[in-house]
Amino acid sequence: MSRSSKKGPFIADHLLVRIERMNAAREKRVIKTWARASTIVPAMVGHTIAVHDGRKHVPVYVQENMVGHKLGEFAPTRIFRGHGSGAAAASAEKVEVK
Amino acid sequence: MARIAGIDLPREKRVEVALTYIFGIGRPTASKLLTVTRVNPDTRVKDLKDDDIQKLREQIEKNLKVEGDLRREISGAIKRLMDIGCYRGLRHRRNLPVRGQRTKTNARTRKGPKKTVAGKKKTKGPGVGK
Repeated sequence: MSRSSKKGPFIADHLLVRIERMNAAREKRVIKTWARASTIVPAMVGHTIAVHDGRKHVPVYVQENMVGHKLGEFAPTRIFRGHGSGAAAASAEKVEVK
Repeated sequence: MARIAGIDLPREKRVEVALTYIFGIGRPTASKLLTVTRVNPDTRVKDLKDDDIQKLREQIEKNLKVEGDLRREISGAIKRLMDIGCYRGLRHRRNLPVRGQRTKTNARTRKGPKKTVAGKKKTKGPGVGK
């Protein structure tokens, strides 16, 4: 079920505060965040936000048509390297460890 | 000849049903159109009067997106998802279910016919058939 529109979109306050401060100061720095559930608002367009995927922060450059989506949609939490032969799977695992 | 939105309607069917041959019009939309234009839904397409056809055509043109336009809108929306690289876009790219369905079994509509994998162990219980 979708979220009640009465509540408005969920935006992580701490993130919005930092973005607004950066907009006011006209600077652009990568912001690390764990707030995957936060909606992307127009103020974030043009910034790079590093969204946590459970292991590391994935840099997401926010474009205009991403507005309305959630940050987590752009940082996949699963990495599928395919089934198949042992050699391929093993080499894939090595990459993963790195 | 009843030609609406670039589609020939089947001549022998009731209009209510015949309208659903247009991509983007199903039964509810069809019956709504017929109430608005005050055409009897039980008339056969071959018995439709020309001005009735004209009315239907205008009504569809004004209010609805059908056929090519609708297809374009849909594929455009999917393309947008793929371009921005969000999760739903990734699922479309790989041709897997987009709305969180399971893929351990089933999901055959998106994945296509079964591909047998050599050496795959059979599991107990429901799940892997054959």
